Amino acid sequence: MSAAAATRALPAEEILLASRAVADDLRQTDLSVPGIHCGGCIRRIEKGLGELPGVTHARVNLSTKRVSVVWRAGGGPPPLCETLSALGYEYHLQSFQEPAKDQTLSQLIRALAVAGFAAMNIMGLSVAIWSGAAGDTRDLFHGLSALIALPTLAYSGRVFFASAWSALKHRQTNMDVPISIGVLLAFGMSLYDTVHHATHAYFDASISLLFFLLIGRTLDHMMRERARNAVKGLGKLAAFGATVVTDDGTQIYTPVEDIAPGMTILLPAGGRVPVDAVVRDGRSDIDVSLATGESAPENVSAGRRLRAGTLNLTGPLTITAIAAAKDSFLAEMVRLMEAAEGGRSTYRRLADRAASLYAPVVHSAAFLSFVGWMIASGDVHQAVTVAVAVLIITCPCALGLAVPMVQVVAARRLFERGIMVKDGSAMERLTEIDTILFDKTGTLTMGRPVLQNPAAHDPASLSLAAAIAAHSNHPYSQALASAAPRAAIAFESVTEQAGLGLEAKTGDTVWRLGRGDWALRAGANAGDAGTVLSRDGQLVAAFTFDDAPRADAQAAMAALRDQSFALEMISGDRPGPVRRLAQTLGIAEAHATMLPAEKTAHIAALAAAGHKVLMVGDGLNDAPALVAAHVSMAPANAADIGRQAADFVFLHPSLQAVPSVITVARTAKMRIRQNFALAVLYNLIALPLAIAGLVTPLIAALAMSGSSILVVANALRPSGSPAHIRQPRAHAVDGDHLPAGVRAMG
Amino acid sequence: MSVLWYLIPLSLLLGAGGLASFFWALRSGQYEDLSGAAERILLDDDDRPI
Repeated sequence: MSAAAATRALPAEEILLASRAVADDLRQTDLSVPGIHCGGCIRRIEKGLGELPGVTHARVNLSTKRVSVVWRAGGGPPPLCETLSALGYEYHLQSFQEPAKDQTLSQLIRALAVAGFAAMNIMGLSVAIWSGAAGDTRDLFHGLSALIALPTLAYSGRVFFASAWSALKHRQTNMDVPISIGVLLAFGMSLYDTVHHATHAYFDASISLLFFLLIGRTLDHMMRERARNAVKGLGKLAAFGATVVTDDGTQIYTPVEDIAPGMTILLPAGGRVPVDAVVRDGRSDIDVSLATGESAPENVSAGRRLRAGTLNLTGPLTITAIAAAKDSFLAEMVRLMEAAEGGRSTYRRLADRAASLYAPVVHSAAFLSFVGWMIASGDVHQAVTVAVAVLIITCPCALGLAVPMVQVVAARRLFERGIMVKDGSAMERLTEIDTILFDKTGTLTMGRPVLQNPAAHDPASLSLAAAIAAHSNHPYSQALASAAPRAAIAFESVTEQAGLGLEAKTGDTVWRLGRGDWALRAGANAGDAGTVLSRDGQLVAAFTFDDAPRADAQAAMAALRDQSFALEMISGDRPGPVRRLAQTLGIAEAHATMLPAEKTAHIAALAAAGHKVLMVGDGLNDAPALVAAHVSMAPANAADIGRQAADFVFLHPSLQAVPSVITVARTAKMRIRQNFALAVLYNLIALPLAIAGLVTPLIAALAMSGSSILVVANALRPSGSPAHIRQPRAHAVDGDHLPAGVRAMG
Repeated sequence: MSVLWYLIPLSLLLGAGGLASFFWALRSGQYEDLSGAAERILLDDDDRPI
């Protein structure tokens, strides 16, 4: 559904279920608020939420754009959602199913800090040796270096040793194997030399190698995990639970997983259908756009089947569950997703491909120089020293440090524009695409109808209709209410007939706004009028609605066409609206009434023809297609499952996210290529020196730091294109600060 | 050169002190919100440090 659904006030029970206990009487709720972006926001939100009764503490995190609120459990959840809406911020509720802390990350950072400390101190001692310390002083400094290096290797080196060991156990080799061998050999050699009062020891090289590689490893991990968790935790559109009526008539709010077939559920207007169910009682309209892609609400009454995840709009319903959550529509989509041949499963990351080339080359270079020196000089010590120097000097800094560095910088740029990236390989895959498929409802459109052709209506009857429509939650009513100023008429009564329409009375006059067959007296109108306004059964006006395209969808499509991507639309909606939108946006190929399985089949057919496909979609029915595509994007208001399947999630309503992600990904790819080129160039110069036995510890340290600094600087270098300039932070021009309702209309 | 006997341990001790305070800062959440900290300095309200 649209942003409007995301900002729909959540029932207190959902907030309670999504919160966690932090102390005896305190609970914490986390909300993701993508609109936060300056000090003013921090103060407004912390002040607004902090002053609510029951709230003990509200803290904004500007970096992750989240708010955590601690409140007293005694009085029930405070009105957090209403307050945020009133302040003009969109929000998504975070669930606490994920572990709060990332253990691996803190372990990596600790290892990094220890390695940094040791590298600094050993380097300090080494500078004294390089400056000419000799004899006992040199031996003392070497000994001290060994004392510092040993625990550091044991603590910080584990990261690499463990991974290298598990690779060797499976008779494979990865980048950590040459690293581990190089570091350990260098340490062992240096220890031997220290005992034998030699002039050179490589403790500094071995530890600073660890330090640089750990920086790369930590960045890589942050890149992969943080964004993924952010996407995972992003508010759930699916219900956390539902009100179940037991046999003795008591009502219990039950988590979705505990709902069994046969249970009777009370579904209020504005609530999501928790599991597949059948309507037992009541009439209403159901928004099925997330499940099928159909934009027009569906009219339901007793006996009608409902799919899990659809939204009840106008009237309360009593429904009977016919499937448990794990057997519902959602689970069917999961099966399809698993069946979809993931285009990405066969993709190998650039760094991995380089590493598989790199490890054998380095191993054989080191081994050959060892053999060569053995033959030439017959001196084992000399031969091992050269082999160690080769391993150290070819340290895979460009692979281990420069690739994640580029990707972290790119992810940061995207995050500033409200786009979250799940992993670095997604950006690499994105640079290969030539075809872009869009879902219609909720992706190209806002998933919310607007009045067609408002100028053609009589202003008086339109404003009258707007005044009546303001009393309803139905999407058509809301579209009417926002289409014209409301007439200043005091109705004696306005009642909503769920599934039919609204009835308003002034004196003896009865106004009806709703379905033609209900609002009009029999025979008064021959045709199918759709939604009408009637006065005592006589037609006053007929309205048609259509789904509004997202803001700047047209500009985004034009930008993508300019980059000569093939654009296609695949939708589950009827052919009429699909064709109309395709014409408006200038999309040549549009497919309507596509079932989820047909969408994946279409993508598979394109892939078989040699195309690389980017899929942009939001609905449950798009989730399998999002998995099947080479790379995929989803808006933040997509179904959870779609968001989890997508590689990129954009938080702002603008579709410009698509071209801007492509630009950033292309720049990132270019930087990675440049870094590889730098690394190769560096090795071409350094490797012959190492093989010739000319590399002293001083030269090794200089070469290693020099190449690392070079690739990092290249990654951080701001790019020239204007698309990368930070967004202006001024308030007046930024859509983030408009109240959600205002933006929704715009 | 006897000066080395206490200067080197001293320098290691200082370094270790730095390392320990970094670990403390990490654990107490000082790095959780770096851009937020940069903005908060401009707010006049009583804002308790974490």
